[in-house]
Amino acid sequence: MRPVQAAPAYHLILEGILILWIIRLLFSKTYKLQERSDLTVKEKEELIEEWQPEPLVPPISKDHPALNYNIVSGPPSHNIVVNGKKCVNFASFNFLGLLDNPRVKAAALASLKKYGVGTCGPRGFYGTFDVHLDLEDRLAKFMKTEEAIIYSYGFATIASAIPAYSKRGDIVFVDRAACFAIQKGLQASRSDIKLFKHNDMTDLERLLKEQEMEDQKNPRKARVTRRFIVAEGLYMNTGTICPLPELVKLKYKYKARIFLEESLSFGVLGEHGRGVTEHFGISIDDIDLISANMENSLASIGGFCCGRSFVIDHQRLSGQGYCFSASLPPLLAAAAMEALNIMEENPGIFSVLKEKCKRIHKALQGISGLKVVGESLSPAFHLQLKDSTGSREKDVKLLQEIVNHCMDRSIALTQARYLEKEEKCLPPPSIRVVVTVEQTDEELERAAHTIKEVAQAVLL
Amino acid sequence: MANPGGGAVCNGNLHNHEKQSDGSPSGNCAKNGIVREAQQNGKPHFYDKPIAESFEEAPLHVMVFTYLGYGLGTLFGYLRDFLRSWGIEKCNAAVEREEQKDFVPLYQNFENFYTRNLYIRIRDNWNRPICSAPGSRFDVMERVSDDYNWTFRFTGRIIKDVINMGSYNFLGLAASYDESMRTVKDVLEEYGLGVASTRHEMGTLDKHEELENLVAKFLNVEAAMVFGMGFATNSMNIPALVGKGCLILSDELNHASLVLGARLSGATIRIFKHNNMQSLEKLLRDAVIYGQPRVRRAWKKILILVEGIYSMEGSILHLPQIVALKKKYKAYLYIDEAHSIGSVGPTGRGVVEFFGLDPRDVDVLMGTFTKSFGAAGGYIAGRKELVDYLRVHSHSAVYATSMSPPVAEQIIRSMKFIMGLDGTTEGLQRVRQLAKNTRYFRQRLNEMGFIIYGNEESPVIPLLLYMPAKVAAFARHLLNRKIGVVVVGFPATPLAEARARFCISAAHTREMLDTVLENLDEMGDLLQLKYSRHRKSARPELYDETSFELDD
Repeated sequence: MRPVQAAPAYHLILEGILILWIIRLLFSKTYKLQERSDLTVKEKEELIEEWQPEPLVPPISKDHPALNYNIVSGPPSHNIVVNGKKCVNFASFNFLGLLDNPRVKAAALASLKKYGVGTCGPRGFYGTFDVHLDLEDRLAKFMKTEEAIIYSYGFATIASAIPAYSKRGDIVFVDRAACFAIQKGLQASRSDIKLFKHNDMTDLERLLKEQEMEDQKNPRKARVTRRFIVAEGLYMNTGTICPLPELVKLKYKYKARIFLEESLSFGVLGEHGRGVTEHFGISIDDIDLISANMENSLASIGGFCCGRSFVIDHQRLSGQGYCFSASLPPLLAAAAMEALNIMEENPGIFSVLKEKCKRIHKALQGISGLKVVGESLSPAFHLQLKDSTGSREKDVKLLQEIVNHCMDRSIALTQARYLEKEEKCLPPPSIRVVVTVEQTDEELERAAHTIKEVAQAVLL
Repeated sequence: MANPGGGAVCNGNLHNHEKQSDGSPSGNCAKNGIVREAQQNGKPHFYDKPIAESFEEAPLHVMVFTYLGYGLGTLFGYLRDFLRSWGIEKCNAAVEREEQKDFVPLYQNFENFYTRNLYIRIRDNWNRPICSAPGSRFDVMERVSDDYNWTFRFTGRIIKDVINMGSYNFLGLAASYDESMRTVKDVLEEYGLGVASTRHEMGTLDKHEELENLVAKFLNVEAAMVFGMGFATNSMNIPALVGKGCLILSDELNHASLVLGARLSGATIRIFKHNNMQSLEKLLRDAVIYGQPRVRRAWKKILILVEGIYSMEGSILHLPQIVALKKKYKAYLYIDEAHSIGSVGPTGRGVVEFFGLDPRDVDVLMGTFTKSFGAAGGYIAGRKELVDYLRVHSHSAVYATSMSPPVAEQIIRSMKFIMGLDGTTEGLQRVRQLAKNTRYFRQRLNEMGFIIYGNEESPVIPLLLYMPAKVAAFARHLLNRKIGVVVVGFPATPLAEARARFCISAAHTREMLDTVLENLDEMGDLLQLKYSRHRKSARPELYDETSFELDD
């Protein structure tokens, strides 16, 4: 008791007050931060009543250009009946003319007789038919890779393949003119996207160098960040070929993997139709993944990816469009297999197709007001306005007039369609022209002639 | 507007979704409450069909052994990895190219741990190839593995006439060719197979128009649009409907396509507990009252994403409550009827008909044609404004190929068959047969003492197996007895709840179901799968449906 009594009075009083304060704090209720101004039940009900959401969909005017589809009566083959009018088809991606090939139809019919139409399950649950396994084998052998995997929808192929490998934190270098399916795949993957100018290898190298410098700052992170370069063999939006040899050089220099999307170039480029790798003479092992859809040259539905087993096998458990979706109907798989047979049996059609492409390319040069966008090898190219009117709507209207007039003269054409608000780099409006093996030389001449006349009439 | 006390949703007697404890005194069916829905437009509409669902919890020792099993598997996995990395055990997996060995590895080692060490051991139960139509019986190709499931080879033998309890063939319309499919053959010969263009460009055929009109008629809505793939229908149209600044309320157990579509849309996603209306209501109230987080602006719109039948649980959506909630809080409802279209409802029109509601109450009706119609593809149906908007703005319409003509014709043919437009009542009979088969199968399984999840009337029946080893044994033994079942484990289900999933079909005859049930009984005794602790009813003759008329 001596130290307590020895202390001065004010000291004791202060300490006493402090102790009482501590006791009070210990026993008082915790102070809740009232982040929400406490609303009464009545106010809440009023808020609920007052709130008006936007309508689920904004109204669409009746004459929106995209609302009135061209209705095709009958098969969409070479001679097509559009909106009641007979035309020559320059709009469907039927490059090898296999859409109405009798052998393909017979193979599909045999499959229909044996298996019916649907597969009633995903691949994991009794949806794997021997037809699928055969088709995967054939595709792998044709493309000279170890393994191939089939998807039941062309769009879903690349859109499921990219997110299976590239996750959050990985880096993907992609061309600006990449198609929408690739963009959706990249969005689903949540990786860092770096766009490089279309077909511009110096721009890509610049981006890769920048990334290398970043890596040197943080080597631990760099060791687990995967890098990918995504390119298309033949770009759908511009009709140009990607410079694959330079891409492969950059791949080994900067250690990035290449994913190639060959929807337009499979069955078109190369001596045997194996695509852009054969066209440039590059070993297919240098490309990590090739993805293509079977809806263009193979005249079926669906898509496939091929590459080494090390890469492809992963998609069997993590490709969303593969695991969680019903498998391809067997009749479509049988049709694709027969189409592949036909491709292997006459490799001469590829050079015939190339000839026709070159021919119409030349014939369409020098149209007043329209310029040809795309290489002479590409069977799907664009006709854009030489001088834009300034507003995209007006451009679209002008081009639609040209298309309508051409249709009146029995040439079926279409404008290239995009979702204007969703595309990352929206291409300018254009008319899509597609060359197929079935078009005769007279028809090609007539088409070029018609387009020239119509363009002159409309644009001048 | 009604006040919350006597409001649109009577929460007092709401079906309580929590797993039941084993002390329940009732018999096979657990009736959990009567549901009422008060219409807002004045006409009283009472739905008082009891929702009978059960999600029984397993006894404790089962869970302990399950986790022990996984633990043991993991330990051995580490051991194996160690042996493989030191070269003592041969490594059978594919490896990276020599030239690319210094690239950043494509797969993280840990990501594949489960695949490498647990899945590979039992992976012969999945991806089983078949070589006939997936009808009520099919032919399975025999495969064996010489290196513990790393690679397979076909022996060349075909196991014929295996009873199919795994394919989604609810109405038995997936069968090999017969005369009724003549129109499909004609369309194939006339139109070919591919379309090679998108809907906006040159890919809209008259067949698509015909199909869309028929779908709209079938569902009793204003308009419909069809797409080539069911998965893509969700992942490409949800982003067209909602965007940034909108709110998506999605069920816990939604399918991967719904989750992907929601993510791609850029909207904020909030999850509510599976089929739990209180959880949903709380989220709705918070969303409407407090608005967007941080900026406090109101949400532009709220979309509720649910499914008609959940394929892994077998539960049916509680539609009346959701419709009442959505009307009260002015949200929009999107139902994915992939499994429920054609398989529930007195005439097979899906969950909306099952509960007797008006299809106009649901804003977006989505479904697929793979399951009940024996084809492929998906549709979205609803009001004409919605479908017109999707025709212009759907990603699929602009960038993806349209549906193949023979597949479209198969759907047309199946739909006409179900609707009775082909002149017979066989379609309706099949729907009824499916309902009978479902009830019979579920009732017998319950009697035997298995734990079954889901609603009494759902044709998707998950039978709980829990332990990973039993999963493999179950599937292998049943294949030896010529019954093909689907087993599912992690990651499609929670880790400890591996299950076998039966899909009943109208094409299953009573004999087939009895054969399967006998074998299941034996398997249940052999593998000790009869975990259920519900006591069987003392009056079994009351449950025997063969002796009195059922009122549908």
